[in-house]
Amino acid sequence: MLNRDEDILQAAEAWQRAGHGVALATVVQTWGSAPRPAGSSLVINDDGTFLGSVSGGCVEGAVVTEALEVISSGQPKMLEFGVADETAWNVGLSCGGTIRVFVEKVG
Amino acid sequence: MKLETLAALNAERAARRPAIVVLDPANGEQRLVKASEIAADPLRAELSTQLRMGTSGMIEVGGRKLFLNVYAPTARLVIIGAVHISQALAPLARSLGYDVTVVDPRTAFASPERFPDVPLIAEWPDIALPPLNIDHYTAFAALTHDPKIDDPALLHAFERDCFYIGALGSRKTHASRGERLRAQGASDADIARIHAPIGLDIGAVSPSEIAVAIMAEITAQLRLPKVDVKVNAA
Repeated sequence: MLNRDEDILQAAEAWQRAGHGVALATVVQTWGSAPRPAGSSLVINDDGTFLGSVSGGCVEGAVVTEALEVISSGQPKMLEFGVADETAWNVGLSCGGTIRVFVEKVG
Repeated sequence: MKLETLAALNAERAARRPAIVVLDPANGEQRLVKASEIAADPLRAELSTQLRMGTSGMIEVGGRKLFLNVYAPTARLVIIGAVHISQALAPLARSLGYDVTVVDPRTAFASPERFPDVPLIAEWPDIALPPLNIDHYTAFAALTHDPKIDDPALLHAFERDCFYIGALGSRKTHASRGERLRAQGASDADIARIHAPIGLDIGAVSPSEIAVAIMAEITAQLRLPKVDVKVNAA
């Protein structure tokens, strides 16, 4: 009930209407002590400007990098971040949880 | 997400109507289900369960994994009484993510100098409250100590099924408030919904501490599993 995601979704819509490439990253699954619940989201535009969060700040940098790629390719991606997941990603969650983040282009 | 879907979702949110985005992560396909469309949706059981819990999550239907992203309206706090406690309560509630409105017909209290940046309505509750479209996603705090102002406001809060209703006043004050409200048609179940004395018992003394006690109680009401069963359930 209590979230301010509408502000970032409005920003995403405004960016898109202003001609920016925009991506939306959403936490779709969590295991263990994930910092933000499923449904938390982050919006990114092609300037690299982003609003919102999908973790406590641990993986946002990596999500933004992937999102920029999604903006140029147009292909959605599923990212997974976990503390033990060192092969696929070089960042992890210090809290010990695992999160799955869906990144898609808006438009 | 298609721009049309995003725009439609933003429109539902702006109108404070719940909506759910159903996403198939395997192929990126998604659709928006408005609250009014849930009853006719093939996933109605799953959608309504998820909406009731107010949480987003994965479900499995016929071997497909779907993500249901629940968008419930931003919680609001309506404060009756532009009093000293409200001056501390309004900014605290805003920092917790609530949209805050303060109502007080006494213009000496309801002044912008006392409440910078807070929407303030210097009207009686019967004029101020109906246009606010108070709903279940609203917490309601009656703080004037004046029955002429608090009582009609509380009756309105009962009607609109606010998720939290609190009123300032001692147990003795609250007992006489209950009698007055009953005389005006409130049920025992309505009166039982009022948190009074308002706020968690943390020994609060100053207006700021009372504000913390009130927001703690509202947070508990919002987040803890419901234990209180409605007495008047049909």
